[in-house]
Amino acid sequence: MKPLTRNQLAARVARDIPEGAYVNLGIGAPTLIANFLPRDREIFLHSENGILGMGPAPPQGQEDWDLINAGKQPVTLLTGGAYFHHGDSFAMMRGGHLDICVLGAFQVSASGDLANWHTGQPDAIPAVGGAMDLAVGARHVFVMMDHATRQGEAKIVERCTYPLTAAACVDRIYTDLAVLDVTARGLVARELVAGLTFEELQRRTAAPLLRGM
Amino acid sequence: MIDKVFESALDALRDVRDGATVMIGGFGTAGQPAELVDALIAQGARDLTIINNNAGNGEIGLAALIKARRVKKIVCSFPRQTDSYHFDALYRAGAIELELVPQGNLACRIEAGGSGLGAIYTPTGFGTRLAEGKEARRFDGRDYVLELPLRADFALIKAERGDRWGNLTYRKAARNFGPIMARAAQCTVAQVAEVVPLGALDPEVIVTPGIFVHRVVAVGPGRAAAQGES
Repeated sequence: MKPLTRNQLAARVARDIPEGAYVNLGIGAPTLIANFLPRDREIFLHSENGILGMGPAPPQGQEDWDLINAGKQPVTLLTGGAYFHHGDSFAMMRGGHLDICVLGAFQVSASGDLANWHTGQPDAIPAVGGAMDLAVGARHVFVMMDHATRQGEAKIVERCTYPLTAAACVDRIYTDLAVLDVTARGLVARELVAGLTFEELQRRTAAPLLRGM
Repeated sequence: MIDKVFESALDALRDVRDGATVMIGGFGTAGQPAELVDALIAQGARDLTIINNNAGNGEIGLAALIKARRVKKIVCSFPRQTDSYHFDALYRAGAIELELVPQGNLACRIEAGGSGLGAIYTPTGFGTRLAEGKEARRFDGRDYVLELPLRADFALIKAERGDRWGNLTYRKAARNFGPIMARAAQCTVAQVAEVVPLGALDPEVIVTPGIFVHRVVAVGPGRAAAQGES
């Protein structure tokens, strides 16, 4: 069994983003998804700092520091793109106008609770940014993450032990091992990487799974 | 004749008092009115409450204001960045107060402040530790948290072009918090790359009408290059 690489995982998520979707890709690994969106689809990338129709990074030497993404890296604007202020940008999230957001996570619970903004360490300096607004506002919330922490602890859990970003907000989880849907019946495993059995996936997941392959 | 144009950033900030609440536009360094913040440092006001999305980057602008120990409290969504070391050090030393606000709540609290609303119910943050102790209410099957408006004595913002009536246009994603902060302050000071004659800005594309802007300062060329951003 071979877990997906970061890029393979990004490519897998990209396949599920349809033509015409308004999409916000969270900072960190989800940003990679932009590199794998099929060229024959028109997809609108939203950036919380006031961009729709965000394009890829500019060539070196052509950076414009008035045109950055949520991670504060230089980007470009596609033909047809638009700029707007923060009130409008977050109305797009909170008002349910964004079709999909893809976020990283520390933990996701069986009922779709998301923890991705705070490790819970007392000495950590907290920072939340737009994570809570995206989790609450986007019509579909996808999580893209490793199935386990580097220490081997399950990140899909019965109940989150880290501080919540939002409750019952996640629709689908893409990990380096599997694709899982959060449903009213519980977590349903839809896809497993080649060579991984359902039983082994269950062993690596700290919440009960249903077969849905 | 109405002329809101000030000769210098320092002139435009002479009456900022100790203990004032000051909104500062920008997302990281994009849209941050660095020259106005430099003038605020030179001006000397202390014990400021600052409202900004971040808590300073590197050595310039807001980071320099924090480093100069002029900020008592910061209201922001994302203080911790790779280059927010001046804030980080003061925070760990207990020398600066932090009110952490989800970014969209920050935006809509500022909008509420500028729109004359008494409070807002927002779904963001419900059920999290950032909503602890706040009134919650359910409307139409969805849960909301009561949040209070943010207003300020001054808003310092960065725009691209302005005229003597205070009409403003912005540049790309440097717009971010500028238009909403402009509406939420007793006195809004805009630094612009260029002051243009009245009538030069197309009325169809003016983003912030002059009613929200009290002072305009030209700092051209104003298109700051990369500054310690990561």
